[in-house]
Amino acid sequence: MRHEIVEKNVGLLSILILVVISFAAMVEIVPLFFAKETTQPVDGLEPLSALELEGRDIYIREGCVGCHSQMIRPFRAETERYGHYSVAGEFVYDHPFLWGSKRTGPDLARVGGRYSDAWHRAHLYNPRDVVPESKMPAYPWLFENTLTGEHTADKMRALQSLGVPYTREQIEGAAVAVRGKQEITALVAYLQQLGTVLKDTR
Amino acid sequence: MNNLWGDSLSGFWSAWVIVITLGTIVFCWWLLFANRKTDKQPNADGNVETTGHSADGIDEFDNPLPRWWFMLFIGTIVFAVGYLLLYPGLGNFKGVLGWTQEGQWEEEIAYAQQQYAPIFDQYGEIPVPELAQDGQAMQVAERIFLNNCAVCHGSNAQGGYGFPNLTDNDWLYGGAPQDIIATITNGRNGLMPSWQQLGGTNLRNVANYVVSLSGAEHDAELAKEGEAIFDSACVACHGLDATGNQALGAPNLTDATWLYRQPGQETLDAVLETLRNGRNGHMPSQIAYIGENKVHLVAAYVYSLSN
Repeated sequence: MRHEIVEKNVGLLSILILVVISFAAMVEIVPLFFAKETTQPVDGLEPLSALELEGRDIYIREGCVGCHSQMIRPFRAETERYGHYSVAGEFVYDHPFLWGSKRTGPDLARVGGRYSDAWHRAHLYNPRDVVPESKMPAYPWLFENTLTGEHTADKMRALQSLGVPYTREQIEGAAVAVRGKQEITALVAYLQQLGTVLKDTR
Repeated sequence: MNNLWGDSLSGFWSAWVIVITLGTIVFCWWLLFANRKTDKQPNADGNVETTGHSADGIDEFDNPLPRWWFMLFIGTIVFAVGYLLLYPGLGNFKGVLGWTQEGQWEEEIAYAQQQYAPIFDQYGEIPVPELAQDGQAMQVAERIFLNNCAVCHGSNAQGGYGFPNLTDNDWLYGGAPQDIIATITNGRNGLMPSWQQLGGTNLRNVANYVVSLSGAEHDAELAKEGEAIFDSACVACHGLDATGNQALGAPNLTDATWLYRQPGQETLDAVLETLRNGRNGHMPSQIAYIGENKVHLVAAYVYSLSN
């Protein structure tokens, strides 16, 4: 009856549970840290510019990821609507990933270039102005708030320490590049580059 | 799209996955059989042996797992082995079936192509004006329009502020079939520069002149002043008679259609705003999204809206 030792010893039980459930992670997750397709950027992938990075942070702040995924799965129904399926190499510079897991609104993985800047601005100001059926919230304050650029360089340095290849010039010029810009401009810049690195991505 | 996915696990990590996966399966097998109990016969007192666990006086019998339950465990192991043989799962081993998710996607695409391409090919050969009369084709086209074009032009195709109405037979870039096809295929970039440098008085004068052309409310005195400025600054794009230039996408200023007038806004104010700030109209190219035949079909739909 040796299992009594495990059953009556919570510390030991916890450790053994951790060992057991870590097997799946060791097989399914750990090798991906060393696989080419998940660690090598696709050809032409560039880190987000200072303005796009601020736009990404607004995307995170406003919780866009709660309703919009950025992950096109390899099913015809998805590739017909959104374009080529997403590949791991497109997300190598993303920290954190913004794949999302719920689509109340459409997927945005390849929304870049799909609509005009003017459309995005009108749509974010009040979605129902351009899509009467929309239930997306309006974000009018993005037109009032401006960026200071105070922390942009720090953010880029933090990403740099995670392996995003920002150059010194980019980091030094970051504050100037975003200072005084409207938040909407940054967000639209971020949206307009999404998924554009793969060419022929109908 | 080649080489987006590949067998990129190195030999070590491939072996790592294989060893741990198979090792776990063997371990589970061992665990099941090493701990397997056979039926215990009642002892001399007629009691079945207990595990010795007792909770509030309730003893736990030391009986084996029910047979069906034990077989379920065996079943999961057999399933796992079968799955790992047929499908990719063991490191870089591709599985006997050679299944890949992009392979499955390609099959889906090829099947759809085979099913639907002949229909769109057939539509592609019918001239736009004739296709626009074909009710069934227009039903298909309407779906394409709603999925791709309605986001900006509206589900009724009547556009909105900054997005042209497609139902009014008033065209920025021409309404002939080949013009519509060119617009959808390549997209359009409209550019009206800002005329801020003319100064407030001149802008007010020229704005009054512009709205006078379509008979909207204006100040005749100021409009008269504005005409000279219009003739020097605006005619290059909008033409001497102000009817616009479809090669440039310069709108006709003599009709009452205003792309950039907010609902409820005075025409004069809208024109002034355009003169001060300039305009950048952008329609993205659609060819990459829907392909040549569907461009043709949706062009026929757009054509049908005003013809």
